[in-house]
Amino acid sequence: MQVLISTVVLGTVYAVLALGFSLIWGAARIVNMAYTSFYMLAAYFFYVFYSPAHLNIFVSAILAVLAASLIGVMTYKFLLEPIRFHEIVVVLVSISLAFFFEEIILSIFGIVFRRVPPFIPGYRELFGVRVLNQHFLAFGVGILLIVGLWLFLSKSKTGIAIRATSQDREIVNVMGISEKKVSLIAMSIGIGFVTISSVIVSPIYVVEPLMWLHPIIMVLACVVLGGLGSLKGSFIAAYLLAFSEVAVVNWLPNGAFIKSAVALLVMVVVLSIKPEGLFGAFFEEERL
Amino acid sequence: MRYYLRRFYKTVEGEVLVIPGRTMGAIGILFLFFVGFLNISGHLKNVLTLCTIFALFAASWDLLFFSGQLNLGHGAFFGASAYTSAILSSKLGLPIWMTIPLGALTGVVIGVVVAIPALRLRGPYLAIVTLAVPVILQGIVFLFPDFTGGELGLFGLSPISESPTFRYHLCLVIMLICVGIMWKLTDSRSRMIRTGIIFSAIREDEVSARTSGINTVRYKILAFALSGFFAGIAGGLYAHTMKVVGPSTLEFLFSIYPLIWTVFGGSWTIYGPVVGAYLLYFLSMQLLVIVPEIRMALFTAIIIVMILFMPEGITRWIRDKIEIRCPRCKVINTRRRKSCRICEAPLQLTREEKERKKEIAF
Repeated sequence: MQVLISTVVLGTVYAVLALGFSLIWGAARIVNMAYTSFYMLAAYFFYVFYSPAHLNIFVSAILAVLAASLIGVMTYKFLLEPIRFHEIVVVLVSISLAFFFEEIILSIFGIVFRRVPPFIPGYRELFGVRVLNQHFLAFGVGILLIVGLWLFLSKSKTGIAIRATSQDREIVNVMGISEKKVSLIAMSIGIGFVTISSVIVSPIYVVEPLMWLHPIIMVLACVVLGGLGSLKGSFIAAYLLAFSEVAVVNWLPNGAFIKSAVALLVMVVVLSIKPEGLFGAFFEEERL
Repeated sequence: MRYYLRRFYKTVEGEVLVIPGRTMGAIGILFLFFVGFLNISGHLKNVLTLCTIFALFAASWDLLFFSGQLNLGHGAFFGASAYTSAILSSKLGLPIWMTIPLGALTGVVIGVVVAIPALRLRGPYLAIVTLAVPVILQGIVFLFPDFTGGELGLFGLSPISESPTFRYHLCLVIMLICVGIMWKLTDSRSRMIRTGIIFSAIREDEVSARTSGINTVRYKILAFALSGFFAGIAGGLYAHTMKVVGPSTLEFLFSIYPLIWTVFGGSWTIYGPVVGAYLLYFLSMQLLVIVPEIRMALFTAIIIVMILFMPEGITRWIRDKIEIRCPRCKVINTRRRKSCRICEAPLQLTREEKERKKEIAF
């Protein structure tokens, strides 16, 4: 039961992160390795606003989301957009950015584990297991974000423009949609997702300068396992990977060391059998 | 005797001195040999040795990238080989001239194993699957702590040599030989070795390569095996230079470093990663001395600014500044020349041609 609840919470977090990532990949065609460093930044902003600055917890959460998202969008606008078509250079610059943020945080705060208080303290009994209220909140907000994104993409005009951009960039430009603007919007939504989930989740886990490294690997794994560009695929893959991680940690001795190894092994096996991911369409040659 | 000397001089003059890029390369190599004899501190010599090893490592990454396979888990080859060398050396007590080749063979094995899923994957899928390989290997290392030393790693390996100067020169010679082989293998203009042109064909368009009768499966496995072999040599040298091998060699960062060096130096050139590794590793080590607190932040900031300034990489940027390829006979010329040194074809565009080119661009 404990495993199931942890899986659901962790899976929701991964799903939110993976959806934001695949949104960015689809619309802007960049592999943004600095993606989860905004997760770390938001958590640290939250900590700063709450603890040394003594703001209200909700105010500090909102401020943290805004500040981290602003930084994320600025980095995209000024650093990543000019070199968007050199694929490998984007990877290089975004990884460098991630290390840059990590070092800045490390030199300010040091390698100390910090804790942020939960929004709703206390716990509830569910099937004989104590579940923190923050877990419920994380799950609820995650599902809300996912449903909201799904509605946005399928109903609103901007959402349809994003989907069109991820299918064919040239035709989108011909149809009078500014591909640059759509990329920026998708980027903002993706960064917003990552920062919101960070603020919700950081009370459950610890806040530390290296907290971006593990999520980015798992997010990449989720996105690829589900099939690039398939939101449903990344959603299911997130739960699958979260389950394999949690199960390994709980059921195997020494599990904490090899949890990502086992999760990634699952991914490699699935991809060897089905190279296009769980729900991905197989492009023989992609037109760029 | 004098005849041979003159012939050697003529060859050097005809092949190296007329091309500024090659002249710079030759001067650089001579300088690297010369630095070893200078009376500098042992620490600096160790840094230079590591630079040499990492240059080989980065060049082997570029060999794989040359054939279009983006590998985010290159540390797997390096780490597996380093661990093999370490286990063979510390548990079985084998000498160095056996452990390093056997480590390189492990690199080949890992390369072929990775190549099997890689054959069906491409682009981001391949990158992520390769990213998983070192993480899985790290899991294996943690599972068998008795054999691999677990989190602490293995230590007490026999060094390559007691003298840091000899160690540096040995690594330099091995690196130059390996990079030279790789450079020849990826030479697309060579008539004798066809791998260069086949690898670049696979990189540019795999389907077309297959339709023109190239067995892409075989060549991709070959690319992975070669890359694993050279990365394995680098791993073995690293193990015996550091005298300790820990799970850090399988970390994410270690797989990212060759990418950073290669893209910074100029990808698909083989000599680019060498230059990038020397510059960046040396820079990061010097920053560690000058400003230890913010060294990584400053280092990454420098990388970002430089790469925004020259996204093609530093060697290509310099090469385009000083060299021009003759449009008719494809021979490399100095940028300053007005006509080609072989076929006398005009190199610089006339004003009319420049204007026409501008119009086409619009």
